[in-house]
Amino acid sequence: MSVTKHSKEPLLRIAKRDGISRPKAYGIRIAAVLLSLVVSGIFIFAVTSLNPIQVYQAMFSGAFGSARRSWVTIRDAMMLLCIGVGLAPAFKMRFWNVGAEGQVLIGGILTAGLMRALGASVPTPVLLLIMAAASLLAGGLWGIVPAVFKAYWNTNETLFTLMMNYVAIQLTSYCVALWENPKGSNTVGVINQSTQAGWFPEVFGQAYGLNVILVLALTIGMFLYLKYSKQGYEITVVGDSENTARYAGISVKKVTIRTMAISGAICGLAGFIAVAGASHTISTSTAGGRGFTAIIVAWLAQFNTFVMVLISFLLVFLQKGAIQIASQFNLNDYASNVITGIILFFILASEFFINYRVIVRGKEAEGK
Amino acid sequence: MEQSNAIQLKGITKRFGKVVANDHISMEIRRGEVLSLLGENGSGKTTLMNMLSGIYFPDEGEILVNGEPVTIASPKDAFACGIGMIHQHFKLVDVFTAAENIVLGLESEGKLNLKEAAARIREISEKYGFSIDPNKKVYDMSVSEKQTVEIVKVLYRGADILILDEPTAVLTPQETDRLFAVMRNMREDGKALVIITHKLHEVMDVSDRVAVLRKGQYIGDVATKDTNPQKLTDMMVGRATTLNIDRPDPVNPVPRLEVSNLTVFDNLGVKRLDNVSFTAMGGEILGIAGIAGSGQKELLESVAGLQHVQSGASIRYTAMGEEHRDGVELVGKTPLQIKQSGVSLAFVPEDRLGMGLVGSLGMTGNMLLRSYRNGKGFFTDRKKPEQLAETVMEELEVVTPSTSFPVRRLSGGNVQKVLVGREIAQEPSVLMTAYAVRGLDINTSYTIYNLLTEQKMKGVAVIYVGEDLDVLLELCDRILVLCGGQVSGIVDARKTTKEEVGLLMTRFQKEGSKA
Repeated sequence: MSVTKHSKEPLLRIAKRDGISRPKAYGIRIAAVLLSLVVSGIFIFAVTSLNPIQVYQAMFSGAFGSARRSWVTIRDAMMLLCIGVGLAPAFKMRFWNVGAEGQVLIGGILTAGLMRALGASVPTPVLLLIMAAASLLAGGLWGIVPAVFKAYWNTNETLFTLMMNYVAIQLTSYCVALWENPKGSNTVGVINQSTQAGWFPEVFGQAYGLNVILVLALTIGMFLYLKYSKQGYEITVVGDSENTARYAGISVKKVTIRTMAISGAICGLAGFIAVAGASHTISTSTAGGRGFTAIIVAWLAQFNTFVMVLISFLLVFLQKGAIQIASQFNLNDYASNVITGIILFFILASEFFINYRVIVRGKEAEGK
Repeated sequence: MEQSNAIQLKGITKRFGKVVANDHISMEIRRGEVLSLLGENGSGKTTLMNMLSGIYFPDEGEILVNGEPVTIASPKDAFACGIGMIHQHFKLVDVFTAAENIVLGLESEGKLNLKEAAARIREISEKYGFSIDPNKKVYDMSVSEKQTVEIVKVLYRGADILILDEPTAVLTPQETDRLFAVMRNMREDGKALVIITHKLHEVMDVSDRVAVLRKGQYIGDVATKDTNPQKLTDMMVGRATTLNIDRPDPVNPVPRLEVSNLTVFDNLGVKRLDNVSFTAMGGEILGIAGIAGSGQKELLESVAGLQHVQSGASIRYTAMGEEHRDGVELVGKTPLQIKQSGVSLAFVPEDRLGMGLVGSLGMTGNMLLRSYRNGKGFFTDRKKPEQLAETVMEELEVVTPSTSFPVRRLSGGNVQKVLVGREIAQEPSVLMTAYAVRGLDINTSYTIYNLLTEQKMKGVAVIYVGEDLDVLLELCDRILVLCGGQVSGIVDARKTTKEEVGLLMTRFQKEGSKA
């Protein structure tokens, strides 16, 4: 409790910014990415003595080095984006849906099951429609259950959606065991490999063309829904203040359940795209943690679905690049994970500098 | 004079972003004196005092305590300088006794001796004329008792410079008088006191000197005996203003809202409203007075369809014209059903951003709250709300960068203008407002009073829940007084007195009523 008798201000102080211009905010973000590359470079050099530029070149070639690699990167980015778009309405409503993983899986199970059962009897276009509808319904149901409990009994949606993931994972394990092919492999194998029944057709000569079209359509649709529709407005109000929603005559219960049905359904559809449009098989790693990564996508983009496109690509790019440098330079996975971590850390930290500024003692200039 | 300076401020400056909250303020606080710090909202009073109590750190300038420069970087430093602040919102632990709260956080050697503490608390209480029971739990206390605990806490820690931030906002007139008596005792004891208040008659009543801030700048000080409310207002606002509320007589009052036998329990099963009955008339302003938490909130929310009401209650809306002579029963309807049955009800709730507005949206998005369902189709119509936002912005002089700027980041007065503007734009038959001018500066408050009177002259039944009795007496036609959820009286505002209303406010209280 000593009181210094001379005037001395603290070394660092933090002050909230009074709003920041858009170009300046993006400037900070770009600076963060550049800085993260420099820091990663120092890390790479310190640990491996490799030329960081070469490592970055390798990362780029890992993601976009050939037409095939580019398309795989696009396919994976679309997958992540689709889940992110699905999460957007729930998170905008401040409903912490961490159950995308399960919603994707349950959509995937239905798709795989129908593909196996109806592949021989139903023409592919019809089968695709049936599978899409089934995965939408299944994912929607997986979203509605926690929403109903939250709406009527105020249960914690974070725990509830998280636990629903494990239910879906167990169901997937069961189905994998049930549909094992060949026996003893503990995998389902590629479904309908010879007939390709129920697979996405090529569009413009590209195997993943339909994935892109579907997901971009969802992206645009969700943007319009959230920004301009009456239901989107209700989501904003409920997310901001439930009391304001009640005041305005909005039924919080109804909006919660409806929004989670939509959120779950789109994640279920992502499962359909993953199975019918990409892997043509089902396993417990069909979702592969993307249900969680997509949360970062949705938050970093502040629920703006167009910004989500960029962020999905960035994350998938980092992931592909990391795999490439791991194999090319004989580094283990952890080295590449560290790089990814550093880059993400800088991007997240830049949000702090967008909202706050740090004042160093004696450096406070007049005015700003 | 023999008064010495307790605190001297030299060129204190504090900025928040581009806003200069305090601009080179130099002033002094003297011992043996009650200083009123006066200023409109956003003039920087609280910021300045927060720098004395260690919550903010000044960007520039010097603070001298007893003539010596000091650094106050934390509340602890402030205590070491003998400065204690009593905040508007109490910081007490409910399940602790008064004594436990008072010694909480004090670092002392050895075992905690509550008996000794209680003895010292009694000693302090006797010296200054507080009434406090050291062993009473905080949850059993009235607002005024809690405030006493806060003040004793500060004295217990040896503060001799006390800052009280709007201490009377939550008190009845009688409690305020008692607080002022205590403050005078402390002054006689040579303590330095600073009181922040918006109520000019209190400034005149309790203080010796008045210091005025305007827009972050120090305007000057005057001895209280040499000034009057009108002069002080002119200093605060920076130009001559009129302080009279125009109150025309009601024209052709007709019943608009008939409430009978209204009883409400809250979630915890506590009775909040007890058999309340009254009629609100079109063309008059019905004031609702009462200590904070006497059921005002529940009453308005019941009418708006937001409260679960006990059976037997009736709220009849009787402004439907010829074809619905009996009116519409509102009990049992949801807010949407009320709206759909053609009831024209406007409601300015107490919690502006938490209930009346969507903080993250701009003015347009908030205008949409009442009208987004209009029109067919899946998408919202934004043209009309945009026009309405422009109109409200112009007519009520809302200061905002644009109609899409999030209202959460507007100042309190502007937030309230957006809310009131939207509600009045509905052309309601019944307009309910809860603490419509709380936290607003004098100019904005008078804008709101005039808007309400305008609505009254249009034949609207205005219900005004207020806390400042002087305003209630000047603005309203009738005043309904709530006490502990019961109606303790309905009086004619033109004939009653502040004392009468004050007594009604505590009529059913067993303790603390000193008639």
